[in-house]
Amino acid sequence: MFVSSGKELIEICNKENIAIWEYTIRGEIEKSGLKRTQVIDKMKHNLSVMMSSSLYAQENNVVSVSGLIGGDALKIKQYANIGETLTGDFMVRAMARAISSSEVNAAMGRIVACPTAGSCGILPAVVISAWEKLKKSEEDLVHALFTASGVGIIIAKNATIAGAEGGCQAECGSAAAMASAAVVEMMGGSPEQAFDAAAIVIKNVLGLVCDPVAGLVEVPCAKRNIAGTVSALTTADIAMSGVKSKIPFDEVVWAMYKVGRQLPPELRETAMGGIAITPTALKLKEEIFK
Amino acid sequence: MRDYGVFDIIGPVMIGPSSSHTAGAARLAKVARMIAGGKVIKVDFLLHGSFAKTYKGHGTDKALVAGIQNMDPWDEALRNSFEIANKNNVAYNFLETDLGDVHPNTVKFIITKEDGSVTQVTGSSIGGGNIIISDIDGQKVEFTGEHPTLLTQHKDLPGIISKISSILYEENINIASMKVYRNGKGKVATLALETDSILSEKVMNLVGEIKEIVNVKFINPVVEGAF
Repeated sequence: MFVSSGKELIEICNKENIAIWEYTIRGEIEKSGLKRTQVIDKMKHNLSVMMSSSLYAQENNVVSVSGLIGGDALKIKQYANIGETLTGDFMVRAMARAISSSEVNAAMGRIVACPTAGSCGILPAVVISAWEKLKKSEEDLVHALFTASGVGIIIAKNATIAGAEGGCQAECGSAAAMASAAVVEMMGGSPEQAFDAAAIVIKNVLGLVCDPVAGLVEVPCAKRNIAGTVSALTTADIAMSGVKSKIPFDEVVWAMYKVGRQLPPELRETAMGGIAITPTALKLKEEIFK
Repeated sequence: MRDYGVFDIIGPVMIGPSSSHTAGAARLAKVARMIAGGKVIKVDFLLHGSFAKTYKGHGTDKALVAGIQNMDPWDEALRNSFEIANKNNVAYNFLETDLGDVHPNTVKFIITKEDGSVTQVTGSSIGGGNIIISDIDGQKVEFTGEHPTLLTQHKDLPGIISKISSILYEENINIASMKVYRNGKGKVATLALETDSILSEKVMNLVGEIKEIVNVKFINPVVEGAF
């Protein structure tokens, strides 16, 4: 069975001199009974869907079913093309990718839940952007997705990845932690550095509530996918510089879960608190469901 | 501590926006169609709880109509399911209702088929695209459709289940779990039997030949790459 903590996973990886992605592939082979090539092919298929979802809304004017969001990926992409951004072409393009998947999702397009549909923009944007910039192979990109899922499995086992249970910190927070760890391994970082990155990301969004306007996965979800993407990418650099998380990953995940349980139900995907009950949000809700 | 696989975390591939309100709804409807069998000409969707309140914004309505036409939760044509239904002369209605003390994402399907027969199925979308079927034609049941499921209605007499399991044994199909439901002794009983391998037309026909069996259905999992 897959290990239950980051600590154990790091120990095994160090002992066997393997990366998190390798441990995760082996674990999946054991669990599913599939061959290695089958497990990798399944992930390649998911990757192809991620490639499309993170690109589509940058090139097409996508509008959500409710009409609440759409067109922002296109705007950000066009802004990047002008070449006068503050945070640079790489970061702005990553942000466009993130919101593209979120817009495709809200418009009833095809996405990969990673770990959820509401947070589906983060992982593709982060790993694809890093892969492109670092000029890595497709194999490395697929491996990054296994690193991400290995970290995600441990979060899901010990805490939750559902907004209804743990708030947005559990959805977008987990997605960003998974993505940051994946990039660290892609950059040649150690399993320990990957978990440091994941821990730092979660600490920085601890307490983030789930407060969707009109109960729809659109506002503020799509832009939180951008925020998660930026956090994952910048934190990968922090971890690669050698900065460690003072609090170990497993304890951070424990804290995240505890905070999630302490959140009142109003702030856990019920649309009864936070941004969802602002006057503007309530007006939008009325217009959508009239 | 629940055990997770890689593709529980990165996956499923699905049509958005919501795994519970869109992907789960499509899966529920597809399973309801398999339970009903035959050619569907009309469906009334009785929507409860969160489904009733938010179905338009989440595309739950489109997902349900897609599933009832056998479309998968990852089929990009899902968003055009109304047009496809109109073309195929499948009528559909949505009714906001209160189904009582059930899961917030619950729908009751009233499915009319070409021969005029009606099947009623109730199920819930319980998160992450996973579902539970809880009622078929007034008979309480409980199965998820995650495993291949053989569903029979048979006369409540000794030996019927043993006949079914013998057929599965001969076809080298392992039984994962089995539940029998009945409304009263000696009447019609419902069996939901989950197996480890995909059920074929042949198995269904063999089971159907048992004379005490009133009807038999099989539901193979709605999973990408399951076949």
